[in-house]
Amino acid sequence: MISYPRWKMVLVGVLFLIGILLALPNVFGEESALQLVRDRAVVTEQDRSSVEQLLASKAIKPDGAFLDQGRLTLRFASKQDQLKARDVITEARPNDFTIALTQASRVPEWMRNLGLSPLKLGLDLRGGVYLVYEVDVEGAVHQLLDHREQDFRASLRNAKVPYKDVQIDYAARRVRVLFRDAESLAKGRDAILSDNRSLHLTEVSVDGAPAVQLELSPQEIKERQDYAVQQNITILRNRLNSPELAVSEPQVAREGVNRIAIQLPGLQNSAEVKRILGKTATLEFRMVDENNNALEAASTGHVPLGSKLYYTRDKQPVLLKRDVVVTGDQLTDASFQPNTQEGPAVSVSLDSRAASKMLRNTEENIGHQMAVVFIDRSREKNAQGVEVDKVSEEVINRATIRGVFSSNFQITGINPIEGRELALLLRAGGLAAPLTPVEERAIGPSLGQDNIDKGIHAMVFGTLAAFLFMLIYYKLFGLVADVVLVFNVVLLVALLSLVGAALTLPGIAAVVLTVGMAVDANILIYERIREELRTGVTPRAAITAGFDRAFSAIADSNVTALIAGVVLWLFGAGAVRGFAVVLVLGILTSLFTALMGTRTLVQLIYGGKRKVERLSI
Amino acid sequence: MEFFHKVTRFPFMRTRRVWYGLSAVLIIGSFALVLARGLNLGVDFTGGVVVETSFPQAPNIDQLRAALAKADFPAAQVQAFGSSRDILVRLPPDPNAKGDQIGARIIDVFKSIDPGAKLQRTEVVGPQVGKELFEKGGYALVATLVFILIYVLFRFTFKLACGAILAVLHDPICVIGFFALSQVTFDLTAIAAILAVIGYSLNDTVIVFDRIRERARTARKLGIAQVIDESINQTLSRTLMTKLVTLLVVVALLIFGGETLHGFSAALVIGIIAGTYSSIYISAALALDFGLHTTDLLERKLNKPEEVDGLP
Repeated sequence: MISYPRWKMVLVGVLFLIGILLALPNVFGEESALQLVRDRAVVTEQDRSSVEQLLASKAIKPDGAFLDQGRLTLRFASKQDQLKARDVITEARPNDFTIALTQASRVPEWMRNLGLSPLKLGLDLRGGVYLVYEVDVEGAVHQLLDHREQDFRASLRNAKVPYKDVQIDYAARRVRVLFRDAESLAKGRDAILSDNRSLHLTEVSVDGAPAVQLELSPQEIKERQDYAVQQNITILRNRLNSPELAVSEPQVAREGVNRIAIQLPGLQNSAEVKRILGKTATLEFRMVDENNNALEAASTGHVPLGSKLYYTRDKQPVLLKRDVVVTGDQLTDASFQPNTQEGPAVSVSLDSRAASKMLRNTEENIGHQMAVVFIDRSREKNAQGVEVDKVSEEVINRATIRGVFSSNFQITGINPIEGRELALLLRAGGLAAPLTPVEERAIGPSLGQDNIDKGIHAMVFGTLAAFLFMLIYYKLFGLVADVVLVFNVVLLVALLSLVGAALTLPGIAAVVLTVGMAVDANILIYERIREELRTGVTPRAAITAGFDRAFSAIADSNVTALIAGVVLWLFGAGAVRGFAVVLVLGILTSLFTALMGTRTLVQLIYGGKRKVERLSI
Repeated sequence: MEFFHKVTRFPFMRTRRVWYGLSAVLIIGSFALVLARGLNLGVDFTGGVVVETSFPQAPNIDQLRAALAKADFPAAQVQAFGSSRDILVRLPPDPNAKGDQIGARIIDVFKSIDPGAKLQRTEVVGPQVGKELFEKGGYALVATLVFILIYVLFRFTFKLACGAILAVLHDPICVIGFFALSQVTFDLTAIAAILAVIGYSLNDTVIVFDRIRERARTARKLGIAQVIDESINQTLSRTLMTKLVTLLVVVALLIFGGETLHGFSAALVIGIIAGTYSSIYISAALALDFGLHTTDLLERKLNKPEEVDGLP
């Protein structure tokens, strides 16, 4: 009688059932679906019933509808229904939802409620676009220095302290304020510190002139860079989720120190998305300098102190005050109004600080002109092939302040396409640092399906070959190995579904490889049993010895494969990581199934009280 | 069914100089191939653009090439990919052009020749990213070898570990030699395959060593060379059977997996063959030449002080 602890057998049975349950959602397949998202709000149960009623009134019945993370997904039996439903919803509720066309699993409601979901497919299987952007973290540090310079100038002006100049040295990462004498230096330093107590200022002397200096510490620089990447991730997410770009399930994640990887499943044409994602357009509100002649400044090149020369869209020079009233990142909301009395417009709302500033400014300046500057940054290569920031700043609108206003107003003077984009960009926020695309991979949907087919073919034929071989070579024990192999694949699929790792084509290759490697452990055990049998021990003793003695070899050999898998997981990028994840999980499941699953089955077959004459091996 | 009814008695240790010679030829040949022909590095590593397209009928490649050259893509490489209807266009990294819209522009050119042309896949990799991916791949290889060395050192004796690592190094070198010989595209998945091969090839070696250790403890009268020979022969059927099954599934991948997995599966096939060979013929033989002795493998007993009972 060979003994095997009952609890281990029960454990195998329980895990097998859990595995089947977790893997089950994968058998239902997918169908066409719509995904409804609200800008900055969740879609509610109420919306769901009203949309369903709306569709019912047009005789369209969705196969299923469910809410998940504030998104409403509606499944349809056919592509026609899907498109028809989209048109019906857009027509009846024009500005309510962002509607994206997508695919959704047919998993029944009760399974979904249990939190069970099918495997996620990687972009190479599903089709879609993968983008990697590099964040210009250096640019973010420059921006910080720029802000400091502007703050210093404002503090000194408000305190009416005379100063010679404010200089930025980007390479040395410092800002210096030059004064005429020690007295104004002391006053100036106090003025700056009273506006921002956290600054660490040092006193230096530049060419004999007293000066205060702000130098960024390495930690401040690193914080700023991290902030820029994080901030950009948030902003890219906002942009991708805005109704102007109907993208389903976008994923944005940090990659390495200064990169951001974006996955856009199912996206066909990346041009529009890329154009919006890379945009750094923003607005500034400045007062017009009405005391000086702009034409004269433009022709002589002599711009009065405290002013800056700009041009309007029709190339007219304008002098604007250097002080910014409000900048684009102080907006809390922006929406596009296609038809106002003055043409297309963008309605904006300001945050409280900017609103009070705007209120004060409009109170003081009734009858004076205020201008809206449209700023667009782009990176371009110059003639020497060096990347430079190209900043275009245009005055899109100049208007006389007729009344007092604070937080809500409209901006006109733009064309409809710009207006729509500007609203999106202002609402999502400005990028904290410029982005450069460094990697892009786009896979068409038919290629994705093709890859799935190829992967499944390889898996079926590979597994079949292994099955037949085991069956012929080890007879009944081979059959046991085959059953365990199926168990192994089920467990692997269950684990992958559970952790939500995306399956890629190399991932499928890893599943196939796992099948090959899982057999390895069985062969080790069986060869050992055969060896024991040759020495003439009884069948049952041979089984026990075979399992016991093969254990250390199996453990050792899997650890080495596991090491390679884990390293690959840590170092690998993209599709290779997909391979590594499946490889590592596959090694774990095959260890478990070969050692405990096989043993349990063998126990069930040969473990009874009857006498075993010979083994079918 | 059973291929090995009796335990074989191949004299692996006596003939080991022959196998060293064969391995030396393989290794030197691989290095020579890499130096002479170089590797056909994929876009993952070189940076640049790859555009995959498909046509309803097999197009004339020269015509496509000419059309692309006229449309401002003089450096474009055009080649059939898998079938004659699938066309792959490769462009070197261009510092001045942004990756933007290259796929769309190329497919427009192709559509003017055959309106049924379809864009299947675009990959744009910046040169900096390519360099980094290549470096990362190298780090991954080194890290794997180091970790495995640590494990084997921990698990076996120093001499066995050295034999295992040298034998394991042999396998990726053969795979890289194969890539240089066949000029199959060497990309990220090829690195993944090589790492899998390292892990997998060591697996066999470890099983042979496991048996050597076991035999050394039970059959203390035998010389070490004989212990090694017997151990390899005893595990031979297992080694060959498992590799046979794995080869079966990997060949299925090679045949059915399509172009994307071609380099990957080819690397695995070569790596598995090389790995099986090296774990049978090379790893234990090296350990023997490093001066492995039966006593190295005996369990070290802790020196427990004998308990002394009180004297009568």
